[in-house]
Amino acid sequence: MSHVLVLVEISHRGHIADSARGLLALAARLGDPVAVVATREPLADDVVAKLGSLGAAQVYQGRSDAAGTALVAPQVEALAAAVAALSPAAVLVSHSYDGREAAARLAVRTGSGVLVDAVNVRAEDGRIIANGSIWGGNYLVDSATTGMPVITVRPGAVDESAPQASAQVTAESVTVDAATAGVIDSYNDAPEVSERPSLLGAKKVVSGGRGFGSKENFALVEQLADALGAAVGASRAAVDAGYSPQTTQVGQTGVSVSPDLYVALGISGAIQHRAGMQTAKTIVAINKDADAPIFEVADFGIVGDVFTIVPQLVEAIKARSA
Amino acid sequence: MRIVVLVKQVPDTSDVRKLDLNTGLLDRDAGEPIVDEINERGLEAALRYKDDNKGTEVVVLSMGPENAIKSIRKALSMGADSGVHIVDDSLAGADALVTSLAISKALERTGYDLVVAGNESTDGNGGIVPAMISERLGIPLLGFLVNMEITEAQVSGERQGDDGTANVHAGLPAIVTVTERFDYARFPNFKGIMTAKRKPVDTVTLAELGVDAAEVSSLDRTEVISAVERPARTAGTKIDDDGTAAATLVEYLATNRLV
Repeated sequence: MSHVLVLVEISHRGHIADSARGLLALAARLGDPVAVVATREPLADDVVAKLGSLGAAQVYQGRSDAAGTALVAPQVEALAAAVAALSPAAVLVSHSYDGREAAARLAVRTGSGVLVDAVNVRAEDGRIIANGSIWGGNYLVDSATTGMPVITVRPGAVDESAPQASAQVTAESVTVDAATAGVIDSYNDAPEVSERPSLLGAKKVVSGGRGFGSKENFALVEQLADALGAAVGASRAAVDAGYSPQTTQVGQTGVSVSPDLYVALGISGAIQHRAGMQTAKTIVAINKDADAPIFEVADFGIVGDVFTIVPQLVEAIKARSA
Repeated sequence: MRIVVLVKQVPDTSDVRKLDLNTGLLDRDAGEPIVDEINERGLEAALRYKDDNKGTEVVVLSMGPENAIKSIRKALSMGADSGVHIVDDSLAGADALVTSLAISKALERTGYDLVVAGNESTDGNGGIVPAMISERLGIPLLGFLVNMEITEAQVSGERQGDDGTANVHAGLPAIVTVTERFDYARFPNFKGIMTAKRKPVDTVTLAELGVDAAEVSSLDRTEVISAVERPARTAGTKIDDDGTAAATLVEYLATNRLV
């Protein structure tokens, strides 16, 4: 079988990105998965073991002194070297901040078509086909390329895991042209957040809108999320008003989620918000305005006041699980 | 300092957007065409630098069908000095490789110290064209910036990442992409709207950029195999809260094993 490359992002703190599991699972479906990493130092044994447990039979390490200081360029060089060495059938990359920039730069190098934001991939009649869900899932699009595709995969879209493997490491030095790369001066790490699940790939999401009126009141959204074991989301209006950080924004220009349960609290449901959540399996909406468009997509809607109903919900859910 | 702001004309996200199910391409007749909001934020950042630094030239560059001139004029009315419009029938349905080639050639023709793009468009959501341009032009990319400082010699800012942000910088010339953390754009004033009509717009074809049609078709490597419209969701139960709605909802969640 041919090789399928996966760009595994390793944070500056040495953590393997969550996207690695799903990417390696898709790669294993298409061929022999190879994890490509760009680091400055030799890989620690536990990192190699972890990549093997995620399904990588081979790890291709591009070593560069610029890794960690040059923006994205070391990953591009590692991928380009791995493509040249292994002639893969496809390259899979997370549709993350670093991932898509690396994918784009690699594609120019190799003259490859890029299929973006895939939620699934499959091999069919000798071609690799990417399935995308666009505009909030209003359309499902299959696309392919002539020649080796570079595919970016939506974070959180893949549930499966690849069979475990024992990873063999190949290390090659790669050279980064410093003049063509941005420079990373320092990191501002987000505080280690609570045990609350992150929005991407969450099974349950509770989102709040402008209806909460203040950042203090928005705590009600968090209380219900914690009672349900859900991630916290927000509408753009709530983010613009400063009730919730921008990273929680669900919608056209924020995060797209497809959880089992989506609870929209005080969210009117503008078309841009629905684009980020309407593929949820079950949608619950609570809003004072009986005509709010969110009710058009809700499986269960309550016309009422979030300030009355949400505390009752929290109590009732806690009582059940007690 | 010449700052080139890349502008994409897209269908308004508050309208229903349509995909042509035969070609898999955007139906440009559905939805009002507007300047993608993220590009207006990028333009605003460039105009603020120009406000404080006389002698700065702000150029807006757009690739799109003939009616994309409307978006270029909008940007000119907000304060950009001139426009570049890449129009060519063979660019209809161009993928990112082709698009980045055309824009890179146009940037070389126009000249630039700093290129400002949006992090991703609202119709394609790819976010890959700016990185391709950086690779083609051999200039640094600072992508997904949440803020930006421009000086004569460099650009710097905070870049969004998965676990927080990073402080990054690059010497000029460079390309940056801005995120929604950038401020909303100013509104065009009356004087801006009047003078926009007289500002120069350079309309260029691929041939004028030195790209031949054969190169475009050999580069166009992506193909839509099928496109399917998902049926619209339908509304389910809707109840008025009479004091028992919370309890009813918990029962509903329990029945569906969601609690």
